[in-house]
Amino acid sequence: MIDVIETTSAWRRLSPRMLVIHPFQEVVRAAPALLGLLVAGSSSGGQGHLWSVAGVALMVVLGMLRWFTTTYRITPEHVQVRRGLLTRKVVTVPRDRVRTVDVTSHVLHRVLGLARVEVGTGTSERRHEGRLKLDALTAAEAARLRVELLHRSPVAAVATVAAATASPTASPVAPPAGSTPAAETELARMRPEWVRFGPFTMSGLVTVGVVAGFVSRLVSEGNVDLGRVGPVQETWRWFSALSLPLEIATVVLVLVVFVSVASTLGYVLAFGNFRLTRHAEGTLHVTRGLLTTRATTIEERRLRGVEVSEPLLLRAVRGARLSAVTTGLRAAQGSQRGGSLLLPPAPRADAVSVARLVLPRASAAPQASPVTADLTAHGPAALRRRFTRAYGVHALVLAALLALWWWAGLPSWTWLTAAALLPLTALLAADRYRSLGHALTSGYLVTRWGSLARRRVAVECDGVIGWNIERSFFQRRARLATLTATTAAGKQGYQVRDVDLAEALRLAAAGTPGLLDPFLVEAQHVS
Amino acid sequence: MDTPSLRPPQHRVSRTAVWYWAARAALGWLVLLAAQVVWLVADRDGSALPVTVHVAGLVVTAVVAVAHVTVMPQWRYRVHRWEATSGAVFTQSGWFKQEWRIAPVSRIQTVDSERGPLEQIFRLANVTVTTASAAGPIKVSGLDRDTAQRLVAELTATAQATAGDAT
Repeated sequence: MIDVIETTSAWRRLSPRMLVIHPFQEVVRAAPALLGLLVAGSSSGGQGHLWSVAGVALMVVLGMLRWFTTTYRITPEHVQVRRGLLTRKVVTVPRDRVRTVDVTSHVLHRVLGLARVEVGTGTSERRHEGRLKLDALTAAEAARLRVELLHRSPVAAVATVAAATASPTASPVAPPAGSTPAAETELARMRPEWVRFGPFTMSGLVTVGVVAGFVSRLVSEGNVDLGRVGPVQETWRWFSALSLPLEIATVVLVLVVFVSVASTLGYVLAFGNFRLTRHAEGTLHVTRGLLTTRATTIEERRLRGVEVSEPLLLRAVRGARLSAVTTGLRAAQGSQRGGSLLLPPAPRADAVSVARLVLPRASAAPQASPVTADLTAHGPAALRRRFTRAYGVHALVLAALLALWWWAGLPSWTWLTAAALLPLTALLAADRYRSLGHALTSGYLVTRWGSLARRRVAVECDGVIGWNIERSFFQRRARLATLTATTAAGKQGYQVRDVDLAEALRLAAAGTPGLLDPFLVEAQHVS
Repeated sequence: MDTPSLRPPQHRVSRTAVWYWAARAALGWLVLLAAQVVWLVADRDGSALPVTVHVAGLVVTAVVAVAHVTVMPQWRYRVHRWEATSGAVFTQSGWFKQEWRIAPVSRIQTVDSERGPLEQIFRLANVTVTTASAAGPIKVSGLDRDTAQRLVAELTATAQATAGDAT
């Protein structure tokens, strides 16, 4: 076993304990089929079961082969991973291109003391070429690797390892810099009362899908007849006795309760022990998770901005989520997967204060923080466009439903419901307009959009590479434009939607001084 | 009140590009027409569709094809423009959805020039300028070969002269 790694150029293998994990993972994945096999017995089945068992066996063998074929090494200049059975492939990442290091341990990994390391670089993020994954190393080695790669010196390793295991007692939220004894400052930590935002994250919907998928696989692959299971039968009998409105109410109630409970549970599991710390070496460090632990390290120099997202439900309870806009990390996908998370769903005020702590320029000018500064509205033309677009889509749906009802015999309640929802569309359009806004404040370009998922993004103007200005036929008629600031960070491009063309140009010219000047002309225009 | 607006980029693409675009569009339409003819021949007895429907389909396709092949290249030629100064690359493209793209030369990462088989026949080339952002590649297609080469040389020279990794 290897517990100390040195910067040598010898090729090393992943932890041999992975040989235990691979078979286990495959068996868990195939659990419904195997469970069904146990329940139904081999007599009723036939060939299908044999095939699924053979498939599992093959996957296990392939997974174990991966351990034999994967090696990695760290030279003073590069991190290299060699892998592949038939086509050998060497992925090389220059060490000075390493922007983020992500260490994840699933439950099984943790039982065996392992961790998966993902190294993010700035380039080719879209094509996943610059991404380097080591699944898995021993936890100590992973922590060591992270420190070494980002801090460029193996000091402070002990402090970081301690942070990864998240001690329960520590200083309160956001102490002033320099007051903690270690080389790290805590910027935020999970507070128990934040769990109240759990039900509003809707992450439980995924759980519902997973459970439904599991049951359906159990039924189809395991040949389990649900109709014959006693409790299911009884529930169904009770349910069928209800009247239609009661049936609908029951389904909705059960779903709401289930999703809320699952979401809350998911919230606790994903964000329990959440901690955001700043290290003296210039990195931000996020650790979180109760069962699956995840530790992400972001180089502060590469932090180009933040995104405050407020999905409708979360907005209703004055909550918000904060994520980083940085090179080397994929844009946040959902609440749990995103490695760029800076603060889980929490009170909006906390998101704002963490954003202020994290953004280097914002803390210098607290009154004009890019996450709280007033935004310029996009004017009546943009408002009209929100309404025409919302009603355009709604009218299309309505027309399609009417046509289907008239010719294909669709029940009439479909288009009646669609027609009844017309006022809701107006609300949505109005809210979408209310969300639209932009600003240029203390060196950040700020843009906000969306209603069901409202986002406000602040990107450092220095991080803006260029501009795309898009005008569709309808936008040209309304003298509007969609301005996209291209950047190497986060989603690669952030849009200011349906802004007046002149204002878009003014914004772009102010954001990147001098870039647009040769192409600008002053036009006397009466509009 | 003075309102700033963008002037179009200075250079048009090569006049030959009109023929190139027309040829490329025509090739696509020819494939479709050929497929229809094959179907017509295979379905001579009219078992699947009456012959008149086949012929009507052919005529409609041909009319749309001719309209597209004659109008599109001219339209495109009028819209597609580009300009490279010492500081920035600036392009204009699109017809229904028009787009301007501006990227500073100092942030350029790669400059690629590509010539497809059809472009070679017309002695044309396209140039793609990429930055560190996946949202911002700038493509100029339909340049004549010398201009493309000159543009690539110019941009690479300036891009090399700037320090940093352009993120």
